[in-house]
Amino acid sequence: MPRGFSHVLNSSTLAPGELQMKVEDVQLSFGGVMALAGVSLEVYQSEIMAIIGPNGAGKTSLLNCMSGLYYPQQGRILFYNEGKEHVLTNLRPHRIARLGVARSFQNIELFKHMTVLDNLMLGRHVHLKSGIFSGGLYWGAAQREEVRHRRFVEDVIDLLEIESIRKQAVGTLSYGLQKRVELGRALALQPSILVLDEPMAGMNSEEKEDMARFVLDINEEHGVTVIIIEHDMGVVMDISDHVAVLDFGRKIAYGTPDEVQQDAAVIQAYLGTSVERG
Amino acid sequence: MAAETFPQLLVERAREYGDRTALREKDYGIWQSVSWNEYLEHARHFSLGLINLGLTAQDTVAIIGDNRPEWIYAELGAQAAGAKGIGIYQDAVVREMIYIITHARVKFIVVEDQEQVDKILEMWHELSGVEKVIYYDPKGLRNYTEPFLLFFPEVEEMGKAYDAEHPGLFEELVARGKGEDIAILSTTSGTTGNPKLAMITHQNLISMGRNLMSVDPLQPEDRFVSFLPMAWIGEQMMSFACSLQRGFTLHFPEEPETALFNLREIAPQAMFSPPRIWEDLVSRVMVKIEDSTWLKRRVYRWAMKVGYQMADVRFRKEEPGLGLRILYSLGDLAVFEAIKDHLGLRHIKWAYTGGAALGPDVFRFFHAMGVNLKQIYGQTEASGISVLHRDGDIKFQTVGTPVPGTEVRISESGEILLKSEAVFKGYYGSEMSAGDALVDGWLRSGDAGYFDEDGHLIVIDRVKDVMTLHDGTKFSPQFIENKLKFSPYVKEAVVFGGDWPFVSAIVNIDMENTGKWAENNQIAYTTYTDLAQKEQVYELVREHVEQANADLPEAARIRRFLLLHKELDADDAELTRTRKVRRNFVAQRYDDIISALYSQSDHLDVETTISYQDGRTADIRTRLRIETLNGR
Repeated sequence: MPRGFSHVLNSSTLAPGELQMKVEDVQLSFGGVMALAGVSLEVYQSEIMAIIGPNGAGKTSLLNCMSGLYYPQQGRILFYNEGKEHVLTNLRPHRIARLGVARSFQNIELFKHMTVLDNLMLGRHVHLKSGIFSGGLYWGAAQREEVRHRRFVEDVIDLLEIESIRKQAVGTLSYGLQKRVELGRALALQPSILVLDEPMAGMNSEEKEDMARFVLDINEEHGVTVIIIEHDMGVVMDISDHVAVLDFGRKIAYGTPDEVQQDAAVIQAYLGTSVERG
Repeated sequence: MAAETFPQLLVERAREYGDRTALREKDYGIWQSVSWNEYLEHARHFSLGLINLGLTAQDTVAIIGDNRPEWIYAELGAQAAGAKGIGIYQDAVVREMIYIITHARVKFIVVEDQEQVDKILEMWHELSGVEKVIYYDPKGLRNYTEPFLLFFPEVEEMGKAYDAEHPGLFEELVARGKGEDIAILSTTSGTTGNPKLAMITHQNLISMGRNLMSVDPLQPEDRFVSFLPMAWIGEQMMSFACSLQRGFTLHFPEEPETALFNLREIAPQAMFSPPRIWEDLVSRVMVKIEDSTWLKRRVYRWAMKVGYQMADVRFRKEEPGLGLRILYSLGDLAVFEAIKDHLGLRHIKWAYTGGAALGPDVFRFFHAMGVNLKQIYGQTEASGISVLHRDGDIKFQTVGTPVPGTEVRISESGEILLKSEAVFKGYYGSEMSAGDALVDGWLRSGDAGYFDEDGHLIVIDRVKDVMTLHDGTKFSPQFIENKLKFSPYVKEAVVFGGDWPFVSAIVNIDMENTGKWAENNQIAYTTYTDLAQKEQVYELVREHVEQANADLPEAARIRRFLLLHKELDADDAELTRTRKVRRNFVAQRYDDIISALYSQSDHLDVETTISYQDGRTADIRTRLRIETLNGR
């Protein structure tokens, strides 16, 4: 019964619990606006870490620094894999992707006129080796390579339960399904760390539940580390191992979901406080 | 010695066909084959694995999941050890499952995946006697530590080791099997109350399969797609009783959602489905046609007209004239072949419908396209089939003539009675009796019916459902409901009228098709409830009700109807798991709606509690319109 995965969707070589990513005093400003004011953070292999905070707290900016879309003015982000240390803050986005940091976006970034399958196959691009000629002729090693990658993509399809839409154009799918395909595209990269920016935004509660289950499956079955920005506190508290809270570009709290919920600074940031008038 | 049990048949087939394909399952986007030898190996190892875990001939193995090879291995594995299987519908709610598992005295439960495991864990403290839960899709279950959970291949591994220690045991056990052993417990849908567990023997199923195959002999190279719940007797009949005897290949869809698509890929030679599937197929065709170009619509309408003419000629058992034959081949070439190809019906030799009555319009539709659709009549207690249409002798108002080896007679009160080798032994439980279902060896079907002049059986309706109209004629509500359901926009309809001065109906719209229609007509809607209460939707359904009325006798015409704010659902006990309406329950539950239908009022405010699959409930409050049609 060949129902196990032939590939693990995780390309990290670290053991669970080892330090995988280290954000060191990252500062980012746009003109006079301080988006990130010295954020430090550690991410460990095979955990789910949630980043929460009010709008404009700097959550997406931090993810953009991790995936090389922004360059912080100060501080570094270090990433560990295969016994090496990489400084992400010096690298271009495609290099970072090649290291196994896979990213999904708040808005859907897929090729709408292509099928689900083609979008996922494209997610494998960093692993494709055949050149224009052998690939174009689809012969020999190039064909075998394609078959191998298709097999991998089928694992992703199976994991995310999107068999029934395999051959459909992405643009014709519902929003919830498109988000799922986008998660699949990030997974097709065979990531060592998965960075998800509001994967459940705009979903109904059933779709959210599905998505939370997929994130858990990816994490539990394959040990993929997940960094997730999410506004639904119920989901965050349910699935994450650690929660970091940002407010005005600063990290105001960090800990397990229980600890964070009790934290005075978090309650203040979320609920506000009465100002003493004197 | 002739094979008396399913496992004996499997051994026989494996010896005969060896490495030929027995099963195919779509996985990773590719059809993967399993040979007869491998099929037997899996059943053998799983069986010995269960024996190693303590399975005895008195035990029951419950199986819950989509149709997969493992489902079959599990049932045959249990039977090889002399035990029996019981399939449980995977959408059964928790209390229903507890009831079945407890009453069937289940020792092992074989489930598909995490979803089912979670359900079992939730009810675990209420289950007694269950020793192991075996799953075959490990996704998401890696971190489950319950000691009673086992992965299917683990059990097979155990069986392999046990086989090495006890060589020849499997053969001995299989040879020990007797035809009168119970093969399965089959839950009968029971339109009232808790399900009953019918004891069906190997002999019951095998004789029934043999009789059916003597009428319509499927060949070893034929294909069959197994996509309806294995817990259903119809699927037990085709995928076990018939396939094991005739050796045709079973195909399992990738996922339930891809079933109709996979059907097209396989294009089977035979298909057996309840009316709902056939109705769905008609709706799909009609909606697609409405969406296509003007020219295509014209060609389609022309071809269907010819098709209907041809079908009617054949129904009358006349020879079609040359002109009609030429026109029909044109229609076939231009339209029917393409539609049949899309539906996966291109190679169909025999298509069956059973489980409930199928409307005559649906019947004619398929025959117009040249699909040999035949009615089957039977029930779980008779292992599936007792009566069916013969090729070239099809009358869509009848269910055909009894299969060989089956006697049918009508009791004095007008009830259909059956006698055959396939009639069950009784209900499983404390008394192990058949109760009043068996009288002197005759099975009481609970259906009212009669034979017509050609010896065809006509089933009117359930005895207790047949209604007497205000002018004194007896009438079947199901007949009217099926008329309504022919409309692609009507999913379900419940007709009332027996005790009232006129006939009225509660209608469920078909969300998908009506939603699409609304979009095409720029009607914005939010939920099912909202869509159902749109004035334009009422107008749309009204047209279809009027069409249905045109074919009905005056007294049976629908005078008032309303569109219900929610879909009738098996989870709310309004439908059985095989999607038959529980009429009495619906009448009770919507008592206020029915009174409103027979009042002067043109609307009604309702408040209902609906329950979701996970057990949560929600209240909906809404105003329902009541539409009145002009009595003529």
